[in-house]
Amino acid sequence: MSDPFGGIDNFLKDLLIGFGLDSTFVAVILKLAAAAVLGGLAGATAIVLIWVERKLVARIQDRLGPNRVGPYGLLQTIADALKLLTKEVLIPAGADRLVFQMAPLLVVASVIGVWAVMPLAPGLIGSDVNVGLLYILSVGSIGTLGIMMAGLSSNNKYALLGAFRTVAQMVSFMVPLILSLLIPTLLAGSMGMADIVNSQAGLWFIFLAPLAALIFFVSSIAEVGRTPFDLMEADSEIVAGFHIEYSGMAFGMFFVGEFVHAFTISALMAVIFLGGWRGPGAEAFPLLGLVYFLIKTSIMYFVVIWVRATFPRIRIDQMNAFNWKFVTPLALVVLMVTAIVDKLAIESGWPRFLVHVIANLLMVVGTLVILRTQAAALRRRLDVVPEAPVTQPETA
Amino acid sequence: MALQWLFIGAILLVGASMAALPIALNTLLGPKKPNKNKSETYECGIETVGETWVQLKGQYYIFGLIFLIFDIEAVFLFPWAVAYDKLQLYMVLEGVLFILILAGGLVYAWRKGALEWV
Repeated sequence: MSDPFGGIDNFLKDLLIGFGLDSTFVAVILKLAAAAVLGGLAGATAIVLIWVERKLVARIQDRLGPNRVGPYGLLQTIADALKLLTKEVLIPAGADRLVFQMAPLLVVASVIGVWAVMPLAPGLIGSDVNVGLLYILSVGSIGTLGIMMAGLSSNNKYALLGAFRTVAQMVSFMVPLILSLLIPTLLAGSMGMADIVNSQAGLWFIFLAPLAALIFFVSSIAEVGRTPFDLMEADSEIVAGFHIEYSGMAFGMFFVGEFVHAFTISALMAVIFLGGWRGPGAEAFPLLGLVYFLIKTSIMYFVVIWVRATFPRIRIDQMNAFNWKFVTPLALVVLMVTAIVDKLAIESGWPRFLVHVIANLLMVVGTLVILRTQAAALRRRLDVVPEAPVTQPETA
Repeated sequence: MALQWLFIGAILLVGASMAALPIALNTLLGPKKPNKNKSETYECGIETVGETWVQLKGQYYIFGLIFLIFDIEAVFLFPWAVAYDKLQLYMVLEGVLFILILAGGLVYAWRKGALEWV
């Protein structure tokens, strides 16, 4: 019971070596099998996630949501998938066929690839590389590349606009994402995901760096391209943006990619800032750790859906101003202050938690004061400019 | 260590095939009745006019450039953050100085009006 995952691993290893196979070969085979299982599970969660999201958004909007197919509409997603499977695969004339067909593959692969370094429970991590966070960032940008490829290869102006917006949004929000991930890195002293969870044994990072957690969360939502930031597929402006020309399962795969990506950022939030699998009794019973991890991830996923159901889409100039004039400077300040304050706290022996909380509070107050003065100045400037007299159009 | 990277390579392949298999299945199962109208570019009902590859706004290019600066910075800052526990206070301050120079770049772009969306 103390180490079920290691136990299964050893059991399979012994079994295969018992068949007379070479031990290196067995290790390779087991790694490949584990990758298949983990990747398959991560992909298959999409079936559940789509149902959860539709149901939750429906409840928030005072609707019932899917409730016809199967109990509580649970089989709705499967029915949708079957319908998509029987649709004709269309490739528009003039499209760059190879790039067009590769794009959904890249989107899904980049999302599932993140799960390779996700510490699911004590001792249960696909691949504990020492550059975990950097790996997540780089694999995540492959997904951005996939979306850009989809938009550029479709030979459609709406899709092209979607690709442009991808450049402006997903690429821009990488900057605060990187800056906010630097803070857990310097608090943990490592980029390895297992190390980050281990160094949250005393205190979760969300208590040491609440602002960094918030910045990470907001810019991750922008990276996924969910509702307050779904500019590149804004249905009311550019129809569906980058995936306008896709049909059947190729279109479905963008959906799978988006939903699993949303779940992935919830899991990342849980691992990096909420202590991952940490909780009472998790070290003694690794299965309990898996449960804690899933509970934290589900809570974060609920928040993601809640945000989606609550906020309207922002305009592209608002999105750019929000990123470059607010989130990025704030992330730079938070990074600098956290680095200095943490070192000071360690060197002078002040309580780390208190120092960080006070520093974060001061930054929040400072940010609010600056925003208030800016807003007041803007209002004054708008008041000074005399408004042109509004002529009412004569209506019959 | 090689096994770790093998795992990552394998899971990326699994991810790609998670998308490739349903699409392949769809190609097998779906109807195949191509005609000229179906493969036309979707716009608003009438045929699309002119080149698809319209000239893009220079603004996007500038944002791409600013992103590049900050992205390269990550390469320098991550080692600094990893070695944070072993650093003296003045070394941390040197890192902060580096970030300040970067912030100077952002302020420059801001003052030049590169961040305005026009």
